[in-house]
Amino acid sequence: MTSRTFLAIVAVRCKMLLQYRAAALAGFGTQLFWGFIKVMVFVAFYASAVVEPPMTFAQVLVYVWLGQALLALLPWNVDKEIAEQIRSGGVAYELLRPVDLYGFWFARTLAFRLAPTLLRMVPMLVFTYFMMPWVGLEDWALPAPASAASGWLFLLSALATLLLSTAVTMILHISLMWTISGEGFNRMMPGVVPLFAGLIVPLPLFPDWLQGFLYWQPFRGLADVPFRIYSGHIPADAALLEVAMQLGWSALLIGFGMALLTRARHNLVVQGG
Amino acid sequence: MSEPYIVVQDLAKRFQIAERDPGLWGALKGIANRRYRSVEALHGVSFEIGRGELVGYIGPNGAGKSTTIKVLSGILVPSSGHCSVAGLTPWKSRVEHVARIGVVFGQRTQLWWDLPVIESFELLRDIYRVPAASYARERDELVALLDLEPLLDVPVRQLSLGQRMRADLAASLLHDPDILFLDEPTIGLDAISKLAMRSFIQARNAERGTTVLLTTHDMDDVEALCSRVMLINHGTLLMDGTVADLRSDRRRVVVDFESVPDLTGAHAARIVSRSGERVVFEVESRVAEFVAEVTASYPVHDLTVDHPPIEETVAELYRQAPGRQAAAAEGAAGD
Repeated sequence: MTSRTFLAIVAVRCKMLLQYRAAALAGFGTQLFWGFIKVMVFVAFYASAVVEPPMTFAQVLVYVWLGQALLALLPWNVDKEIAEQIRSGGVAYELLRPVDLYGFWFARTLAFRLAPTLLRMVPMLVFTYFMMPWVGLEDWALPAPASAASGWLFLLSALATLLLSTAVTMILHISLMWTISGEGFNRMMPGVVPLFAGLIVPLPLFPDWLQGFLYWQPFRGLADVPFRIYSGHIPADAALLEVAMQLGWSALLIGFGMALLTRARHNLVVQGG
Repeated sequence: MSEPYIVVQDLAKRFQIAERDPGLWGALKGIANRRYRSVEALHGVSFEIGRGELVGYIGPNGAGKSTTIKVLSGILVPSSGHCSVAGLTPWKSRVEHVARIGVVFGQRTQLWWDLPVIESFELLRDIYRVPAASYARERDELVALLDLEPLLDVPVRQLSLGQRMRADLAASLLHDPDILFLDEPTIGLDAISKLAMRSFIQARNAERGTTVLLTTHDMDDVEALCSRVMLINHGTLLMDGTVADLRSDRRRVVVDFESVPDLTGAHAARIVSRSGERVVFEVESRVAEFVAEVTASYPVHDLTVDHPPIEETVAELYRQAPGRQAAAAEGAAGD
């Protein structure tokens, strides 16, 4: 598949998804509310800490607000349109297109992760970075990146996150070809993904004996890595290695998804007719 | 027939269908011991189609028409058998294969539901990588021929069935494919849309030499379009011939007598129906002789000779089909 084809599919799907502005606004409200609750929990937590926590409060603020801004990027749900296509057998008709099916879906899935994220991210960043200091909440506001280098590396890492998240969502989509309703996976992922990505509690705050495991699991690249690069918790000179790990996990999961799809393709049953 | 362009050999496709008994007990039993029934959609189908042919593919619901089309268009992998379309095996060289064919499934659109028609076209241009110049040429021609100009900015979901089908047909031809598979392209269309569809398909076949395989339930489609007809039932090809072959030698003779006639034992011809002065006979052969005999024996007001409706012949062929009992027995056999 050429990049022109790929981008055309991404663009069309994004355009369609960007229509859902009301949902994004409602999402913004909810995420802002939860963001404040998280911040208040951490204020209390840091006020009563007896030992030096492994992250500064400013680094935690980055973690919380970027987490709220990029929540839609997490691969915890499936594209309802793709799910419906699989349920109804419409997926077979995608095979009529002279493109690799994995690439075709990947483009759509990328748009599915990207468009809602953009819609929610912009107001969240504007509010937490610019508006909060302006209304006197500067202690709780989103801090600036640790350095210009950290800022740029964060952008790079966030792009890798998009890739990784799309690769995981693809596995969810492909697994629908076996379970059809997708309830099993769909119910498990909202529990597993935010926890291991670091969105419930920042990963550095987990006990030491868990750190080894947390380091070597792919979901870390969905939130923990870019957020800590932004706040400088991962120093700029170590960031490229982290991004490389994100990309490595993406490649691995894309390969797995492709193999899964090849198997599913041969079991394809088109109902009716 | 010219060099075969599409070759199908002993094509078979079995589906496994999970079954359960009705009711709660059936559902519980299904958890422990899942039964599968094997349904044979295609049972060793073979045929060849030459380049530039326009072939009708008919059969009752569930006969295997759509399954054949889906295998030929690379969507389904058959259980066994060989198939070559313009030198390629559809499911093995899928990407290369589908770039050269156009497919329309009358029962569902391949356009993007929420997009205006023109944006669907543009997306297809990018997906099929149609060069800008030839895209513009094809698009303009299709828009003109299928009268799509007023529909281009309308989202697909707002189109009527007839409009949608025209848009779908255009969408399947933007990349100028050599082969066109049409699965019930006239289903649900009104008379005008059907005629427009038919004349378009015919013109495409005649002018560009596009090879067309078309499934339908409408015998008028077949009569109007197809020089050749294949009839399938229970996954087996029952007939491969011309439309003329579908017509039996029998003729319907409709006679309006001057008065209600007494026909008891007078003629060998079968009486299909009678009401008052009008009697419809079915004659096997020597129609002229029969007509002469009737007009000589009775005062006749009017008389017409006609083919029996092609639907009746086809329905008879469907009923004759072997394997009806076989299929029922297979259904009962269980796992």
